[in-house]
Amino acid sequence: MKYLAFAAGVLSVSAAWADTPELTVYTYDSFVADWGPGPAIEEAFEATCACDLKFVAAGDGAALLARIKLEGARSDADIVLGLDTNLTQAARETDLFAPHGMVVDYDLPIPMSDPLFVAYDWGYFAFVHNADLDAPSNFRALGESDLKIVIQDPRSSTPGLGLLMWVKAAYGDEAPTIWEGLADNVLTVTKGWSEAYGLFLEGEADMVLSYTTSPAYHLIAEDDASKKAAAFEEGHYMQIEVAGKLASSDQPELADQFLEFMVTDAFQSVIPTTNWMYPAVTPEDGLPEGFETLITPRNALLVTAEDAPAIRDEALAEWLDALSQ
Amino acid sequence: MAGRAQPVSAVPGIGVAAAIAALILGSILAVALRAEAGRGFSAADWAAVRFTITQAALSAVFSVALAVPVARALARRVFWGRRVLITLLGAPFILPVIVAVLGLLEVFGRNGWVSGLLGLAGLEPINIYGLHGVVLAHVFFNLPLATRLILQGWHDIPAERFRLAAQLGCGPGEIWSLLERPMLMRTVPGAAMIIFAICLTSFAVALTLGGGPRATTVELAIYQAFRFDFDLSRAALLSCVQIALAGAAALVALRVTRLDGFGGGLDRAVQRWDAKTAWLLWQDRIVIAAAAAFLLLPLAAIVLSGLGGVSLLPMSVIEATVTSLVVALGSTALLVLIAVPLALSLALRPRGGLELVGLLGLVASPLVIGTGLFIVINPVTDPFALALPVTALVNAVMALPFALRALVPGARDVIASYGRLGLSLNMQGGAFLRLVVLRRLRPQIGFAAGLAAALSMGDLGIIALFADPERATLPLQMYRLMGAYQMEAAAAAGLILMVLSLALFWLFDRGGRIHAGA
Repeated sequence: MKYLAFAAGVLSVSAAWADTPELTVYTYDSFVADWGPGPAIEEAFEATCACDLKFVAAGDGAALLARIKLEGARSDADIVLGLDTNLTQAARETDLFAPHGMVVDYDLPIPMSDPLFVAYDWGYFAFVHNADLDAPSNFRALGESDLKIVIQDPRSSTPGLGLLMWVKAAYGDEAPTIWEGLADNVLTVTKGWSEAYGLFLEGEADMVLSYTTSPAYHLIAEDDASKKAAAFEEGHYMQIEVAGKLASSDQPELADQFLEFMVTDAFQSVIPTTNWMYPAVTPEDGLPEGFETLITPRNALLVTAEDAPAIRDEALAEWLDALSQ
Repeated sequence: MAGRAQPVSAVPGIGVAAAIAALILGSILAVALRAEAGRGFSAADWAAVRFTITQAALSAVFSVALAVPVARALARRVFWGRRVLITLLGAPFILPVIVAVLGLLEVFGRNGWVSGLLGLAGLEPINIYGLHGVVLAHVFFNLPLATRLILQGWHDIPAERFRLAAQLGCGPGEIWSLLERPMLMRTVPGAAMIIFAICLTSFAVALTLGGGPRATTVELAIYQAFRFDFDLSRAALLSCVQIALAGAAALVALRVTRLDGFGGGLDRAVQRWDAKTAWLLWQDRIVIAAAAAFLLLPLAAIVLSGLGGVSLLPMSVIEATVTSLVVALGSTALLVLIAVPLALSLALRPRGGLELVGLLGLVASPLVIGTGLFIVINPVTDPFALALPVTALVNAVMALPFALRALVPGARDVIASYGRLGLSLNMQGGAFLRLVVLRRLRPQIGFAAGLAAALSMGDLGIIALFADPERATLPLQMYRLMGAYQMEAAAAAGLILMVLSLALFWLFDRGGRIHAGA
């Protein structure tokens, strides 16, 4: 009997030892890939938090939101990282997120403040092409050209949805006309970004919908200056990626600590050359060399989070209508 | 046959079928019950149903029509490297969609080899985008499967029949009408049905090569309902539509299928005295060469683009490879456990609804099944902890229809030929299973196991919903690499996937045939 009590004591001690607090962050797939920001950020945060940071990957931004809706308050997640402003309104309506209470001085082209979500990076959507192409400088010129583009389906992909919002933000009620012009330029539509970018690199299309920062990847990681993003006069639609804390989190303090860590240099300096987006708060050392070669749109377009759901549905109907002819 | 004594019972198979139906339909029900919003069937959904049926039917017809001459040529020729060729021809079937599509585009794309040749001749490049592109890709994926299923039909004809036909002086025409056509009548409808069902759930291929929103399939509509609208009831409803379409195809196939077998033989090697004319020899050579070129050139493209990235592969790809191998082997073991009893039941009660159960795993949307299982598992235990067993189970259920197509004709012959002998020797249940069924069906079980292993290696369906970073499978890891711009490393991961899947298939298939002389 004594042995049993001893064994129980040993077990409970070792259980206490093993009880490092665990912070679970749901995010999208490419965030956790070896070349993504995940590994470096995990190391940097664990060095400061005396905790175990656990990333869980769930497809892309839209899949993340679906996952949170499915799990509801029972979710193991403490943080959801990887929603964008097209999704935050729907996320807000779930009532699953808790206010972060932070005031951040972002380096974003437009003001941003959201009581529930903290921005960690951003980028502009753009059509990426080979440097030797004489690229059009607006949607009308693109529609009139013979250029072939690959885009993503908005129903299954976040960039695909971004393009719909871009055209809608730039042209409003004229968006259907723009899509009619573009219809014969659309070589094909893919399920996700990876497929589209793969087709472009295979030489199937002249341009692919991606980000203004995509050429930076080729330049910095591959020393290849052959890719450019086409600057459009209408301006470029922005994607602001955000993270939020779940109200049901069992580690609320740790979650707050992570959100605060997210806008520090340790996190932000990893973003440009791993997630290939702009940091939400420019690190002290500035952007990596090569980012100065990227185009800077004159006009940053963004539909407010509140308007996004209604515009999204309208834009999808117009898009389907124009491209199904 | 009902009511007559049989050496094996249909009950275990029926139990297995019930369990599978509960698994699939239960997960759809779980999704439907969690439904919040609801937006019935729209005109766009009907358009999606029409497009889905059209492309799946065309893909099935072309795959099978092309597979018959290929299988016949392979069945009557013995040549050096035949087995390797047959294994290699199976590769497209198990590749992740994106790898295969990029391989195809390397050959048939705007910038591909064929367009390059046409350009040299001063012609326009070919346009692969549109319905014809979808069908081309689906034939690329499914021609190998159709060929193997039909080739299996040829192998199921006992050698004695060909010997007898030769002694009676039958030429190719008589062999065709006496032996080959009846065999095709019972293998082709099933093969066509399987391919129709596979193509029903196509979505990345249909979208990428279909050219745009016109190429919306039911599976994409499910995706939209789930991801874009979070309309679970609609996702569940559309999932049922998909299953109903496959069920209708299964009924049609069963109606036109003749069930008589060829009886037993002594498993001598087949010799084809009828096919020795120079005309037939050249015909077969050309057919085999054309099929090999169509299927192997894109594979060569995948190998070429993959080799460059092998040195870039991170450790995580090796971990993912091990994970995938474990899942594939587990899935294979499960498949054999469920497929053999089910095949015996089907052999005993040919016209039951069991066939449809076999198809369920194939046509149910992975997104809906995954979500349903997630809903069921989540309150009980951590879904991530079960990610790999669930993946193995769903993969086994997915491979079941292929396994049944290969196993059922053989099982039918075994019971017809050896059932009474077994009974007269008082050999029943386990003894009959062990001494007769498993031995007679070893080649088919090997083939089914090989397919299951290879399919499981390449599957991306369920794991994507459950995965955490430490436990990704190889296809998932490949997509992650692509998402991080690592296209070359991803191509290399795709190459490893192809090589390992082929190796697994070859090992199981070969293992089943050792000493079988076929």
